[in-house]
This record gives sequence, structure tokens and C-alpha cells, in this order.
Amino acid sequence: MQSLRWRAIIALIVLATGLAYMLPSLPGVKESALGKFLPGDSVSLGLDLKGGIYLTLGVDMVTAMDNNLARLGDDLKAASRDQEVFVLRPTVLNESQIEVVLLKSEQKEAFEGIIKDFSQFSVEESNPLDGGKEKYILSISPQYRSDIEKLTMEQAIKTIRNRIDQFGVAEPDIRKQQGNRIQVQLPGLQDPERAIKIIGQTAHLEFKMVDDTADVKKAQQGILAPGRELSVILHKLPNGKYGETPIVLKKDSVLTGEYVTDAKVLLDQWNTPYVSMTFNTRGGAIFTNLTGENVNKRMAIVLDGKVYSAPAIRERISGGRASITGQFTREEARDLAVVLRAGSLPAPVDILEQRSVGPSLGQESIDNGILSALIGMAAVLLFMVVYYGFAGLVADVVLCINIMLIMAGLAAFGATLTLPGIAGIILTIGMAVDANVIIFERIREELRRGLSATQAVSEGYGRATLTILDANVTTIIAAVILYQFGTGPVRGFAVTLTLGIITSMFTAIFVSRILFDLYLKSRADNAKLSI
Amino acid sequence: MGLQIIKPDTKIDFIGLRKIAYLASAIIILIGLGSLVIKGGPKYGIDFAGGMIVQVKIDKDTNIDVVKDAVRGVDLPGLVVQTLGLDGDHEYMIRTSSSNISSEDVRAKVTEALSSNLDGAKFDIQRLEMVGPKVGADLRSKALEALFYAVLLIAVYISGRFEQRWTVAAIMAAALAGGVYGIGLLGLEMGWLIIAALVITVGLCWYLKLNYALGAVVALIHDVIITVGIFSILGKEFDLTIIAALLTIIGYSLNDTIIVFDRIRENTLARRANSSFAAIINMSVNQTLSRTIMTSATTLMVVFCLFVLGGSVIHDFALALLIGVGVGTYSSIFVASPILLGFGPSVLPEKEKVEA
Repeated sequence: MQSLRWRAIIALIVLATGLAYMLPSLPGVKESALGKFLPGDSVSLGLDLKGGIYLTLGVDMVTAMDNNLARLGDDLKAASRDQEVFVLRPTVLNESQIEVVLLKSEQKEAFEGIIKDFSQFSVEESNPLDGGKEKYILSISPQYRSDIEKLTMEQAIKTIRNRIDQFGVAEPDIRKQQGNRIQVQLPGLQDPERAIKIIGQTAHLEFKMVDDTADVKKAQQGILAPGRELSVILHKLPNGKYGETPIVLKKDSVLTGEYVTDAKVLLDQWNTPYVSMTFNTRGGAIFTNLTGENVNKRMAIVLDGKVYSAPAIRERISGGRASITGQFTREEARDLAVVLRAGSLPAPVDILEQRSVGPSLGQESIDNGILSALIGMAAVLLFMVVYYGFAGLVADVVLCINIMLIMAGLAAFGATLTLPGIAGIILTIGMAVDANVIIFERIREELRRGLSATQAVSEGYGRATLTILDANVTTIIAAVILYQFGTGPVRGFAVTLTLGIITSMFTAIFVSRILFDLYLKSRADNAKLSI
Repeated sequence: MGLQIIKPDTKIDFIGLRKIAYLASAIIILIGLGSLVIKGGPKYGIDFAGGMIVQVKIDKDTNIDVVKDAVRGVDLPGLVVQTLGLDGDHEYMIRTSSSNISSEDVRAKVTEALSSNLDGAKFDIQRLEMVGPKVGADLRSKALEALFYAVLLIAVYISGRFEQRWTVAAIMAAALAGGVYGIGLLGLEMGWLIIAALVITVGLCWYLKLNYALGAVVALIHDVIITVGIFSILGKEFDLTIIAALLTIIGYSLNDTIIVFDRIRENTLARRANSSFAAIINMSVNQTLSRTIMTSATTLMVVFCLFVLGGSVIHDFALALLIGVGVGTYSSIFVASPILLGFGPSVLPEKEKVEA
């Protein structure tokens, strides 16, 4: 009894803090004069309530490794050539091995010396071939492989973040998930298809020379001169879609998107939008040389393996600018500029999971959730008062405090409220009275045994507390596992459930006891308790 | 004093009723399992099976046949139309098992079919979800894993808490982990792995005489199987929210069971000398009956509101909870406690031994 004052003070502090954290989440409070004195955190709504897009992207690590190995192979070839050791262009065998053919086996020692400089590689085997050649199989270390995977993921996330930033979405959430997966959440976005197109585009930009001497018909039958490849050039059809016409290109790309520093949409004299790119100094120099050497030839602008345009070079182009024309709509041109500016993805990404919720459904869900919570709560409040009298009133008061504390907790931890989260709160309303019911029933039992009200309350709380703890710890175990294994909304549910259990224990055991003690203190010792 | 539903001197012979209860449970479980077998396993929603759903709300009095007719011509693989929520909502879910079609195409096709075949009724695509087959499989195995770990940790906690046998519980956990790893090497599918793991858990609890854990775990499995069975009978789909509901049911059922167990333990300590264990169990269940019914009543009240008013998205979740809370209450009285009797108090708590 002596500690009653202190317990009351602790409870009031918790209540005041709870209130301060809960208020900003109510509509209108943040903007009011009061809002300035309150913490800035408020409960943020999940995509299922706000509307928006949720994506899981899988980074194609096989392609990423292939690209990386091919690049390493080219570097090895170039390094060898610098020392006058000649090798054929390396071929990628699988995700961790490349094959290199050394033209003169007497240069073995020199070549192996060069390989030593490439610490990523180790020689798996070397076999002599006919004609004094030597075939090497080089493999990369698992360590290097995992480094590359990590870098690829980081770069992919960075690129996607760049693109989304330029797309202009408020509060996007991009994070790495286990494996090669990236999770993207875009709240409030209306046009999922366009967002997906922008995020998912590899945007690997290359410039390749067109081989106008090649026979396209033969190429389509699979007859191609070495170093040539068959591609398609896109052109716009009257219905707004793109048609594809075959075209033969020289395989080696003469310039890539790496050198692009900026891209923007401009309009030509017929008001057709096109994308203008600016190269960095090195890219500009390469482009100037290239156009100078290839006047009157056609150069193809290849994005993700498809040719957007293949203009003929009229003259040497200096100044480090190039443009992509292609009868784009303004929106298409803008999106293309966005992906070019943000850079290319290190590997293609697949959309593994996509969920988009319209804002109208979100609003409806909130309304339904709140309505059912209010009605459910009213039913429980009424029931408790009718059944337990004064004690029921105590239970009702702590139940309201409990709900306030859950909201405050959600806001303070910056948790996201999802639809299952609302369900979690509603369920907590039902279960929160459980602790009170356990205590009350126990007090009734003790009263029946003939104890005085004060003794019965004290016995009841003492005995019930352990039971309540046991029962709730097991529920928390379930909630923690739910959090560990769940994704998105399920996690939201786990958080609210855990929070609900903790706050309900606090309110039912600690706060309600204070109310009982205050009540009993104000009465004579043998007062009857309404329970 | 306020109202009393259960009179303080109530003495229902729950133990005596246990055979009837076992029979009832067995029948419900068999019907549920039968339904699962006939339907070839649980009906997975797109979360687990992969595929695409489009949720539409129509602003006019329609029924599902009209919507079915409207989309009949759409060329999409495995097209299924279902009603969502309550009848008055006019919300429908159009589902396809597409794997090679973009969500853009599906949206366009559905929009076209609805706008040309619905007599100009207004409609709104509220939600579109696509889950790839790989993600679906991952989610499925993760969900099962979650259910399994929940049961395991709970078994360990109860054994430690109620019988002070933390060491034995830890040994059980280790043996189980080893067993599961061993079975894992056989390359079985996740579902079988879970079933095997549960069988091992129950077997270990029985062998190690961890009776309280055994009672609680059997009650949990009982509740989950019945809920799953009823879902299968009703033709409802399993998705992530249902897993959340099942875990909540586990939590709730356990809550209930433990409160009864707690009282059994207390009564065992207090008056073991002059009562049979069956009498103690009966007394304990009766003493806690009032609380059990009160809590179930308030929880059901709230869940029922959720079920009726919560809207289409939360409807099945609320249904699972409604079934689960009911079954969970029943099982703590008729399943978990009688199982304790079946094996008797195995190892008496330390304090008890000294007194005896």
C-alpha cells in the first residue's frame, strides 16, 4: 500500500508518454498547435491500406557472372596482347570457368605469369592442342564469386533506387532480401505497369556498327559471317506498338552506356520527342573518332539487345552528344531517359512477385477495420461492465489504455500498420481482457473462501500473475516466430500482437491493480467489492 | 458480485466425458482429412501456388454467374472466378495460373472483357497480385517452417516451465533437430518433413514423459488440423494470412491450455495426498471454466465483428480465427487435460518430492 503512490506515478508517466506518442497519429493533430510539442513519429500505413505496389525482384546472377567472366576474359586478352602474348578470345564455359587458347605454346611461361597478375583466376587445367596451341581452363575462387555476387546486388539496388528517385515516388522502400532478391515497395503509386517497366529494364546501352553488306535473308537462316549477329530494329506501328525488322550488326560494341553522363528528352522540328545523351570526356573522344572513321556507314543504338535506331553517320560528330530517335511518345522518351541516366543494371532482373493495391480498396479496408474494431470493442466494454460491475469498469479503463499504448508503441517504433496488423489489434481487444478475467475470477474465488476484499484482491493478483505470464510468454513465442518467418503484412501482424501482449500485461497486472487499491483505500476495510 | 454464468460449485465430470470428446474430435479430423485427400491436398492461394489474381468490385447488383459469363471468353490459362467477402459487396476474384503472361496483359484482358460484357456496369480493379512459382514455393516452405518451430519452442518452454525439466527439454530439441536434419537428407518435400518432425516431437514428448508438453502439443496439432480440415471442406484457399491465423490459433489455444495446466499444477502441489489425479484435473478444469468461457466469449465477439464487418480482404482470416478460437477452447478442456491423465504426473516437481 505504501508503494501505491510510486506505482501511480510510474503508471502516469507511462500513460503520458503513450498519449504523446499516440496523438500525432490521429488525423489533424500533427497540424494543430499541439502538434509542435509532440514527437514527430506517427503510425505509417502499409501498402495494403494506402494502396501502392509491392515487388520482389530476382537478380539473374547467372547472367551477371557470365558478363563478369567475359569482361575478365577480355581484360586478360588485352593484358596478354600488351606483352605480345597472343590468345584467342576467351569463352565463358560456365558460371565459374573460362577457356582461353594460347596460340603459341612456347609462350606458356609468359602467359602463366600474366595469369598470376589476375588473382581472381587459378589454372584448373592446361592441355596442348594441335598446331602448337595450348588450351587453358581458368576458374575463379568461390571468394571472388561471392564478392561479385555481393557487388552485383549492391549495384542493382543502387541503380533501382536511382531510377525510382527520378520517377518521383514519395517514401519508396528498397531492400535486399535473402538470396538474390530485392524487395521494392512504392506506396501510393497508381501506374504499376510503367513502374515495373522502368525498374525491370536492364538498360544495357551499346553502340554497334551495322553490316549493310550482309544478306539478311541468309542471316535469318542462320548463315552469318564471323563477328556478325542478327538483331531486330524496332519501328512504331500505327496501333502504337512496336514492330521488329531484322538487321545484321557487327558483334563488338564500339561504345557502351557506361560513358553516358546525362540523358534528357528534347523535341525535334516536327515536335517528336527524342532522347539526347551526353558522354563523359573519354566517351566523347571515342564517339568523335568513331564517327570520323565511319562516315556514310550506319551505327545502331542497341538497348537490351534491340536496335532503337540505326542512323547513317553523315559527318564526324564532336562535342560528346548522341541521340536516340524512335518515334517515341513523350512518356516513353522520358522513361528511356530515366533509365539511361540511372545507369544499367548489372544483370537482368525478373519480377518474381508483384502486388498492387488500388487506393480505394485501401481506404475501404481502413474504414471496415476501424468500424469492426469499434463495434467489437463496444461489445466487449459493455459485456465486462454487465458481468463484473465495478471490476468490469476497471477492465474497460485498462483496455482503452491498452489500445492507446499499442498505437503509441507502433508510432514510437516506426512500425507499419497493415491490414493483418489491424486484425492483430482487434484480436488483442478480445484477448486483452483475458488477463483481467483471470484475475477477477481468482478474486471471486478468494472472496468465496471468505477473505476480505483487500486480502482477496492481493491474493488474486498474486496467484494470477504467474498464470498470466506463462500464458503470454507462449503467445509471444508464436509471435516472434511469425515475425522471423513472415514477410510484409504477416510481420506487421506479429509486431502488433507482441506489442498487444506486452501492453495488456502491463495494464492488466499493474495499472488495474492501482485502480483496485485506490478504490479499496477510499472505503472502509470490510467494504464489499463489486466484482 | 456481478453476474455468474458458471456457478462456483459446478462439478462437470470432464474426464468422464473424454471418450465421447475423443470420438467427436476423431470424427471431425477424419472428415477434414478425408476432404483434403479427396481434393488432393490443401487448395493453395497464389501466395503459395503462384499465379495471378485480379480483384474487382462492381458497382451494381451482380452475381457470380454474370461475372463468370463476362470473362468466359478471356484467353487465360486456368481462369477461376470466386466471390470475395459477403454477398452484398459484389467483389470478385479472378484468378489465373498464368506463368508466361505479363500482369499488364492480364489487366488489359480482364478490363476489356468486363467492360464489353457487363451491360455497362461500372467496375474497379482494386488489386492485382502476381506471385512467381519459385517465390510461391519458398513462401510455402517458410510458412510450414514457422508453424513447426512455433510448436517445437512451445514444447520446450512448457516442459521447462511446468516440470522443471529444462535439460530433458533441451535434449528433446537437440534430438528433434538431429532427426529433422536426418530426414531432410532424404530429400522429402517440406510438407512431409513437417509431418515427420511433428511425429518425432510427439514421440519424444511421450518417450521422455514430458506430459504437459505432450498434452499442449497434441491439442495444438488437433486445433490446426481441424481448422485446416474445415477450410478444406468449405473450399477456402490457403494463403499467407491464413498461416498468420493458424499461428494466432496456436497462440490462443496454448494460452487456454496453459491456464488450465497452471491450475492443475497448483492443485497437484496443494493436495496430492487425498485426491486422484483425475479428480484434480476435473476440479481444475471446473475452477477455470468460468474464465475459459468469459475469455472465449469476448474474443469470439470481437472476431465475429471482424468476420462480418472487416471487409473482403480480412474475411477468411477472421473465419479461420472464429473456427480456431472455438476449437482451441474446446481442446484445452477436452483434449489437452485428459491427455495428462493418460500418462499421470510423470516426474513430480522437486518441492513435491521433498514433502512426500
